[in-house]
Amino acid sequence: MDSAVIEVEGLTKRYGKTVALAGVDFSVSGGTIFGLLGPNGAGKTTVVRILTTLALADSGRGRVAGIDVVRHPGEVRRLIGVAAQDATLDPLLTGRQNLVLVGELSDMGRGPSKARAAELLDQFELTDAADRVLKGYSGGMRRRLDLAASMMTRPPVLFLDEPTTGLDPTSRQRVWVAIRALIDEGVTVLLTTQYLEEADALADRVVVVDHGKVIANGTPLELKEASRTAHLEVTLAAAHPAAVEAISPHVVGEVTVSEDGRRLSAGVDATTGLATVVVRALDGAGALVDNIEVRRPSLDDVFFSLTGGHLPDEEEPAQMEGTHAVSADGYAADGIAGEVRIHV
Amino acid sequence: MTTTAIAAPARFERSSWAKRALGAVSDIWSMTRRNLVHISREPMQLSDVTLQPVLFTVLFVYIFGGAIPIPGGGHFVDFLLAGLLALNLVTSTMGTAVGLSTDLHEGMIDRFRALPMWRSAVLVGRSLADLLTSCLCALIVAITGFVVGWRPAAGVLSTVAGFALVLFFAYSISWVAACVGMNSKSPESAASFGFIVLFPMAFVSNAMVPTQHMPGWLQAIANWNPVSAVVAGARHLWANPNPSAAIHVWSMQHPVETSLLWSVGILAVAGPLAAHFFRRRTIE
Repeated sequence: MDSAVIEVEGLTKRYGKTVALAGVDFSVSGGTIFGLLGPNGAGKTTVVRILTTLALADSGRGRVAGIDVVRHPGEVRRLIGVAAQDATLDPLLTGRQNLVLVGELSDMGRGPSKARAAELLDQFELTDAADRVLKGYSGGMRRRLDLAASMMTRPPVLFLDEPTTGLDPTSRQRVWVAIRALIDEGVTVLLTTQYLEEADALADRVVVVDHGKVIANGTPLELKEASRTAHLEVTLAAAHPAAVEAISPHVVGEVTVSEDGRRLSAGVDATTGLATVVVRALDGAGALVDNIEVRRPSLDDVFFSLTGGHLPDEEEPAQMEGTHAVSADGYAADGIAGEVRIHV
Repeated sequence: MTTTAIAAPARFERSSWAKRALGAVSDIWSMTRRNLVHISREPMQLSDVTLQPVLFTVLFVYIFGGAIPIPGGGHFVDFLLAGLLALNLVTSTMGTAVGLSTDLHEGMIDRFRALPMWRSAVLVGRSLADLLTSCLCALIVAITGFVVGWRPAAGVLSTVAGFALVLFFAYSISWVAACVGMNSKSPESAASFGFIVLFPMAFVSNAMVPTQHMPGWLQAIANWNPVSAVVAGARHLWANPNPSAAIHVWSMQHPVETSLLWSVGILAVAGPLAAHFFRRRTIE
């Protein structure tokens, strides 16, 4: 059994009337990458802020390396590195000065701070820009420097809040490589993301949060299998009258047939060996198969089915609900349907 | 419940009291340097401690110079310089308010808070950097004053003590400014502190004119205004004309003591208060 390096039990947190967290539990094994996945406003950042000692939970506990984040925040700060969602570096210092400052404030000493800064600047391909003031950095460069800053002390536990949001694909790849490299050093990483693709590519385990609650917890593969919405597509050499009957026992629901009768598609359980079974069945019925594809659900599909439909790049859900409620009230109270039409 | 097996590196081990104190000093030094780098990046930030003193000194000396008689005699420029020094130093503490407010409004503060540093180093580092710019300001006032004819009649030590007295007072006010900076909604509103509080405070005093010419009620306020004590104290230490010495109020009879009491008192209240506001402002 792996030992848990990050443990979260029943965290709740309100900001005024808004419920940010409504009871979140999970634990992260040492030396793994853990993905906290959810739409904007789901509560991901709040979890990170609580675990990094920046915010206090209303109830529940958080422990990092077995240390309670409320009772011993100072100890926790010595073990963690944090890259927050908004870049938190000094715009008037150079990249190098920013890193050295972080090192010095972490008691690394000036000499070792400088050496480590040079190393990280090199790793993140920022050496050329190292002595330029941050104001002139691009978004991607800032993000990379932010990551570098979080790694200054070689912390054993790293919190990365949406490390690639707003990055172009090349920069994102670079960040991914850097995050994967941490695992070789035995670092435990908690990263939040709205990108399912990112969680899929990086995380060993994923927790999906929505409206401040955990709605799914598992490996990316488990989550995909749990939703069982794989999709089967078969292309025949020619239309065949017995084809539908042949594959019906192996699919879920109706089989859809294209106009020319050559393409059959249906939902299937994502079981292993499915393609072989389907091809054998068609072969037994005398149908020639040109092409077969079993498309596993992407995490997007899973996410979509779990969160009940709102996509991660939508507006903050709480806000959206608010807007809907208000307009619904508007109809009822004032009957101003005409005004709505104007908006449309 | 499983617990962890993370081995803390040697430098992460719980440190002794002495080590922590040393760490705090090093944190303060790092933060002070950071703020000094800021100034070097945006030298225009310095205009209120470099250009303003030159401008004020020259303007006040030549415009009011002949118009204001000094009770007890003496040159106006010798009378004025202590007042100008106090005016410039006190009003420049506005920079502390604006600087801290800016820090709080940028994400930077979150980075500091997640580091194993002494948190109040953010405040102390800021105030020390501002004290250094105040020293520069004092130097510029002294040089400009010297050029337009100011001469201290006291010895070197006493003259330096006069500067130190005003600098110490301005330092204590910078902690009041820190409190204001942490309670203002934006850096811009922090700046208004200067116009609403600092300028009236500097002017309703004996800094620019002898209080003898003021209406009775204003004179009472001016005589007990800490700025008056500081200015009278500096004039006394420089052996420059000090008309306030003729006013029979304890604060004007003992300006150096009064000034030190004010500075220590303000610091004793505003310092812990600033630390309190900082904690409150950064808790969620």
